[in-house]
Amino acid sequence: MPAVSKGDGMRGLAVFISDIRNCKSKEAEIKRINKELANIRSKFKGDKALDGYSKKKYVCKLLFIFLLGHDIDFGHMEAVNLLSSNKYTEKQIGYLFISVLVNSNSELIRLINNAIKNDLSSRNPTFMCLALHCIANVGSREMAEAFAGEIPRILVAGDTMDSVKQSAALCLLRLYKASPDLVLMGEWTSRVVHLLNDQHMGVVTAAISLITCLSSKNPDEFKTCVSLAVSRLSRIVSSASTDLQDYTYYFVPAPWLSCKLLRLLQCYPPPEDGAVKGRLVECLETILNKAQEPPKSKKVQHSNAKNAILFEAISLIIHYDSEPNLLVRACNQLGQFLQHRETNLRYLALESMCTLASSEFSHEAVKTHIETVINALKTERDVSVRQRAADLLYAMCDRSNAKQIVAEMLSYLETADYSIREEMVLKVAILAEKYAVDYSWYVDTILNLIRIAGDYVSEEVWYRVIQIVINRDDVQGYAAKTVFEALQAPACHENMVKVGGYILGEFGNLIAGDPRSSPLVQFNLLHSKFHLCSVPTRALLLSAYIKFINLFPETKATIQEVLRSDSQIRNSDVELQQRAVEYLKLSSIASTDVLATVLEEMPPFPERESSILAKLKKKKGPGAVSVELEDGKERGDYNGSTPSPSADLLGLRSAAPVSGAAPSAGSLLVDVFSEAGPAAASAGVNDDGFLSSAPTSAASEDPAPPLPESDELLNKFVCKNNGVLFENQLLQIGIKSEYRQNLGRMYLFYGNKTSVQFVSFSTTVSCPGELQSHILQLEPLVEGGAQVQQVINIECLTDFVDAPLLNIKFRYGGALQNISLKLPVTINKFFQPTEMAAADFFQRWKQLSQPQQEAQKIFKASHGMDTEVLKAKLLGLGTALLENVDPNPENYVCAGVIQTKAQQVGCLLRLEPNAQAQMYRLTLRSSKDTVSQRVCDLLAEQF
Amino acid sequence: MIKFLLMVNKQGQTRLSKYYEQVDIEKRPSLETDVVKRCLSRKKEECSFVEYKDFKLVYRQYAALFIVVGISDTENELSIYELVHNFVEVLDKYFSRVVTQIMFNLDKVHIIIDEIIQNGHIVETNKNRILAPLLALDKMAEAH
Repeated sequence: MPAVSKGDGMRGLAVFISDIRNCKSKEAEIKRINKELANIRSKFKGDKALDGYSKKKYVCKLLFIFLLGHDIDFGHMEAVNLLSSNKYTEKQIGYLFISVLVNSNSELIRLINNAIKNDLSSRNPTFMCLALHCIANVGSREMAEAFAGEIPRILVAGDTMDSVKQSAALCLLRLYKASPDLVLMGEWTSRVVHLLNDQHMGVVTAAISLITCLSSKNPDEFKTCVSLAVSRLSRIVSSASTDLQDYTYYFVPAPWLSCKLLRLLQCYPPPEDGAVKGRLVECLETILNKAQEPPKSKKVQHSNAKNAILFEAISLIIHYDSEPNLLVRACNQLGQFLQHRETNLRYLALESMCTLASSEFSHEAVKTHIETVINALKTERDVSVRQRAADLLYAMCDRSNAKQIVAEMLSYLETADYSIREEMVLKVAILAEKYAVDYSWYVDTILNLIRIAGDYVSEEVWYRVIQIVINRDDVQGYAAKTVFEALQAPACHENMVKVGGYILGEFGNLIAGDPRSSPLVQFNLLHSKFHLCSVPTRALLLSAYIKFINLFPETKATIQEVLRSDSQIRNSDVELQQRAVEYLKLSSIASTDVLATVLEEMPPFPERESSILAKLKKKKGPGAVSVELEDGKERGDYNGSTPSPSADLLGLRSAAPVSGAAPSAGSLLVDVFSEAGPAAASAGVNDDGFLSSAPTSAASEDPAPPLPESDELLNKFVCKNNGVLFENQLLQIGIKSEYRQNLGRMYLFYGNKTSVQFVSFSTTVSCPGELQSHILQLEPLVEGGAQVQQVINIECLTDFVDAPLLNIKFRYGGALQNISLKLPVTINKFFQPTEMAAADFFQRWKQLSQPQQEAQKIFKASHGMDTEVLKAKLLGLGTALLENVDPNPENYVCAGVIQTKAQQVGCLLRLEPNAQAQMYRLTLRSSKDTVSQRVCDLLAEQF
Repeated sequence: MIKFLLMVNKQGQTRLSKYYEQVDIEKRPSLETDVVKRCLSRKKEECSFVEYKDFKLVYRQYAALFIVVGISDTENELSIYELVHNFVEVLDKYFSRVVTQIMFNLDKVHIIIDEIIQNGHIVETNKNRILAPLLALDKMAEAH
């Protein structure tokens, strides 16, 4: 070998590198580097033009500094200059720098492209290779545009040198991946495929990567590669060919090329041509046979290379999944590896067997290795190998071995690595459900799961156990008994409390006959956990308590006592407080019948795909749960994730099956305590509260005119009641509003976005005469970052057009801020929906036929014409959307009554979309002309 | 495909890095630290393949030198494992003392890698052909 540091070696560079190596500390290294950077910078900036050698040396140093992890922000230009040098070493350093340090977005690309063009046409193979390497390494779109046409020609040209062909193939591959639209193979296809036949193994190795990628994207165009690949493989495997040159590695002929050929074949189904297929099967058998032969060398390299081919061949066999004989042989081979002393082989064998387990031909054969795999799970010292073992157990599980596997996985969970626990939990949960023959086993398993690894049990898992218990009445009693026992443990996981609370609340009566689990005992057991739980769990427990009152009237007094205690009824958490108050009230005023209806047992959940499976799939990506797909009954839409059953026993949150007797949570509260809404109650406002709308004295200046955009803002809120009303750099105003009859209540939330307090904060509302408003005044100080809430009550006396004006004044750092906005109160807010049948509708429509009663507008759609969006908007308007009334299903008709203090105005609406013209015709009829016109105007802006 | 190749010393310092998929320069040091930490901390009896994010690491140790290759799942682990060895044998053939020599001849190591892997794919495995360009180069230099 030539002495390395002689000749063109750069002494300055060598010195610099040893300086760096001799640095004792990071600081010293940084100091040395900064010195060098300053030196290089001054050389590059200096007046004297540098010769090629110096440029190369300095660019090299920069490269070294970069590789030490420091940022380099100059020298690019000098590197580009080196490209046009005629000296190979200078050119090469230039290309090296550019490949490592210039990414696709650089502005220098144009200059680089020019240099490359010159090199490509130079016919000097080394220069051509350098240029091709550079194109491949940078691979930008601009490069693709400049060279994608040229490279295929170089690749297949007869007079191109082998090494250039290799570079061209991989360069083209890179461009194809980056910009597939620019690389058009077309006429070149067949000549590229025939590179598989090239005499030169290096060319084949390079070309096959390109062909594999192109085949996976356009399998039909490249179909001919299958027979060529098979014959090439066959020649290598049988070692019949003499063209192996120096491609034999530790007595294994061309291992890398063989792997790549086998990989290419995995882009296609088994060959249809009998002869080709026969030849391929022969190859695969030979590969399997060789694994059994005594090794030609004791070196690990020999067996590794051999096994690389073997694993790839097994992948192909699994991919075909059509040769039972080969599949079983593959499985046996992998079985041997499971006990091999090389960890690498055990790992790969487990991984490979995992896919083998899903084949119907080899599933049984895989199962015979269960003991070995369980042993691996217990004894392997490498977590990634144990992980594979767990995956394989999951894959080989079926009805016959489920109990054993689930038990092993559960016991492994106790010591499993944290990184894989959650996934293990999901897998156990899935297997337990899927192969449960008797559901008491299922319940036991899941409760064990929560006991052992409660922290890793996600919501989906315990939702699912509840879904299943509710849907299967044969297991409910057992479940109640088991959770009752599990809850006896002094420290049990919160998830256990959740499941326990839910199940006892539903089915506690099934075990209440036993004095050891009498209703009161059950209640006390649950309540003993209450104080240790988080808010959502406590909320669930409160719901369980109210269910207890229904199930066991004898517990009523005790439970009411608990609900009445200050820690419940005055709990600082709004949700808990609300539940306590509601449930207490419900239990004391509702009759037994009402109670029984409201608190009825949960109806069965609709049968759906397991949400756990969806979760596992999301975690692992597609393919991970491929096993399930083999099972006919499980086939289905895995993506449709299951909406979780609400953790709420009463189904208050989900619009649930409880009948009309149970109103929804929000309005229930308002009904029971009709004066103070939940927000008002917790706002802590002063008692002297309700002032009239007369402007307060605080502001001396006149209110500012409304903001120019306030009409737009108004339109935003025609069909919705909540949102952000206004925002600038200082202030954000959010709004929530609710309307009943001719009354409205608005909650305005003023958020101070700054860190400075607002002083003299005051708000006034000025209403048109048709409305009356009451506004609750605020404290004049709003702290930085704070949010304050204000309640405005509005009464509609008669129909109106102008919205009330809200004026806000405050001082921010001395400057007076004066903002006026239109409050989003529009006439439609006072709509009461009216349901009616088609006949009624048309009768009334006819009654309102005087010209002034009708308002009509034809306008262009300014948003998409999506049906659901339209419906949502019409419902947001406040009217009832009447189905099956208009003979044309494309049209929408609505009806409602506007409630004002003076009168009620019936209102009918018809909206006719014309999707083709992107137009709407909107017709409004009402008993009052001003109303028709106003609603029509408002609504026309919404679509 | 091969995503990157790193040569790292026992202290975890990167000696050479080669990326075949664009990774921002700022992100490289942290990626390298993370990758190296995972490999260096492993014991002899643990397997040479590490799952890392959505790809795999294949690593091999030669005295104080670690070579780590990041690959996608379309690559054959064992073949990459042996490719690393093949690469080291080439280095061995060319340099007399690999570990120290490569530090001073990074450009040549780059040339060698470029002959073996291009753009994330194996391009040449024949040792003589891998070294041919470099030897030609040396001849040119000597002729000066």
